[in-house]
Amino acid sequence: MIETVVEVALPVDEKLMIQKNRITPAGGQERKRRISIVTGTHGDELEGQYVCYEVQRIIREHPECLTGVVDIYPALNPLGIDSITRGIPQFDLDMNRIFPGSKEGVFTEYVAAEIVDDILGSDVCIDIHASNIYLREIPQVRISEETAERLVPLAMHLNVDFIWVHESATVLESTLAHSLNMMSVPTLVVEMGVGMRITKEYCRQLVTGIFHLMKELGIWNGEAEEVREPFISLNGEVDFVNADASGIFVPEVEIGTYLERGGHIGDILNPLTGEVENSLKASIAGTVFTVREYPIVYHGSLIARILGGTKQWKKK
Amino acid sequence: MEKEVMYTLKAPYRDALRIHGYHFGKGEKAACIIGALRGNEVQQLYVCSQLIKVLTELEKHGSISFGKEILVIPSVNHYSMNIGKRFWAVDNTDINRMFPGYDKGETTQRIAAGIFNQVSSYSFGIQFASFYMPGDFVPHVRMMETGYQNTSLANLFGLPYVVVRKPRPIDTTTLNYNWQLWETSAFSVYTNETDEIDENSARMAVSAVLRFLTRMGIIKYNSHSGYIANVIYEDELTTVHAGSAGIFRRKREPGEEVLRGDVLAEILDPYEGTLREAVTAPTDGIIFFAHRKPLITEKDVVCRIIRRLHQ
Repeated sequence: MIETVVEVALPVDEKLMIQKNRITPAGGQERKRRISIVTGTHGDELEGQYVCYEVQRIIREHPECLTGVVDIYPALNPLGIDSITRGIPQFDLDMNRIFPGSKEGVFTEYVAAEIVDDILGSDVCIDIHASNIYLREIPQVRISEETAERLVPLAMHLNVDFIWVHESATVLESTLAHSLNMMSVPTLVVEMGVGMRITKEYCRQLVTGIFHLMKELGIWNGEAEEVREPFISLNGEVDFVNADASGIFVPEVEIGTYLERGGHIGDILNPLTGEVENSLKASIAGTVFTVREYPIVYHGSLIARILGGTKQWKKK
Repeated sequence: MEKEVMYTLKAPYRDALRIHGYHFGKGEKAACIIGALRGNEVQQLYVCSQLIKVLTELEKHGSISFGKEILVIPSVNHYSMNIGKRFWAVDNTDINRMFPGYDKGETTQRIAAGIFNQVSSYSFGIQFASFYMPGDFVPHVRMMETGYQNTSLANLFGLPYVVVRKPRPIDTTTLNYNWQLWETSAFSVYTNETDEIDENSARMAVSAVLRFLTRMGIIKYNSHSGYIANVIYEDELTTVHAGSAGIFRRKREPGEEVLRGDVLAEILDPYEGTLREAVTAPTDGIIFFAHRKPLITEKDVVCRIIRRLHQ
């Protein structure tokens, strides 16, 4: 059933509406376990759109297998998605920096607070992101150190290639995931693909994982395919490769490629002079899990991230 | 005065970004003043330019105190200003959310680090700042409640109000917050404009900084003593929200005293021109902030009132 989580009147003849689709199993009034799938906080991240569709398609094909509640929130920032804007358009504001919001705050904070309120009570929440338009990411779950003990076991079900346990950062305390985790809703942040595009392969990979997790939590009793075993990385194992020149980046690797130390990642070119400004090499051996997608780079632009110690990268 | 390029960044095709600093006097790093960190902060750029003009004259007349150095950086993000963008034009990141910066990080982290390394050792840091909501403030000095803030010092600007804000997680990467952590006494000065130039409040801001520098013994200058500021904690302001959306007609101005029940603004039906809502004051007080755009969304902030304060 489509429900409106929150609505706010815009100046001229339009309402901002955050909607969700609540899918419930037949029969029984007893409390059912509940999963919330949220996406679209950043208006330029669209990978989650196909995941939302696919999850519903599979449930629709086998409604008898659903044993819990599935809440799907495809667009937390509908104005951003519909206008191809990453943030909230009126304020150029990153929506994922205003949680948990405030019912007494400005309208963006009010909307954020209502969203959090609506998700509370879920047994798990999957917050799907898609990198941005500049970087392509292999499917991964990102977890802060402080929540790792609780969340890593859940993330293992999601069929991602790796789980990145990173240091806590104060600025990330304004995210939806942090807010929900602090309010006892285990929330897993998925990053995969690239902004403004849909990578079907990654979406299907995650959908497999979501059903695996639903089965584990007693929300689904249908078939659940086997999931891959992800690498779990700690901060020290991730190498960041940044541009040391401005120009046009042309990659030599694809995402998921294993590189030896010194392996060629790509070049930053100067089309005006015809010279290579910067040839980028891997400073550790490992798998490239992030690679620059958008060619224009400045000094400092992130080019790649490499997960060290991954020679035995497993794919099932 | 010594003009110095403090940071340079090459672009693929644009002219290089050059961030300039203007040094006045020599000696102890006494005060650093920073203008436009965002591309729409034209007023902040203008205020800095006027300050540089005055300081240049003062230096010529020997009015910079012996052994004191002042640094003014009028603009950091003119790359965005020149093409009508607010944030870093390539990836839309906000340089004022990148401090203290990271010299091996992403572009805006590197810019922030490049600047912060050179400004973090000054005793006093003053930033001309802007707010993300569209509206006008009463000119004031704002500081973060980090435990290092000193409202008595903020009073020396002689502006009518000093506002103390409890930092949220997102504030921990601003220049002001990091200055304080690095033991610089940091102040953000807000005038009532950003995208446009307002001569009156710009003059007020220049005078406030000169007054502060005089009182701290950094320059020799004679100025009006200004106000004894009211210190306000931001979370004690009364926020008045719009109960409906439409065309916004402001009826009362920042700085005005209002009584409970006074009409602050009207919200009109955008098609039919009829009154949808007369927004009234829930308390007596002085208007500190008021929405300005001609349109308003439901739940937007119409104004913020300093409760039970009279002129």
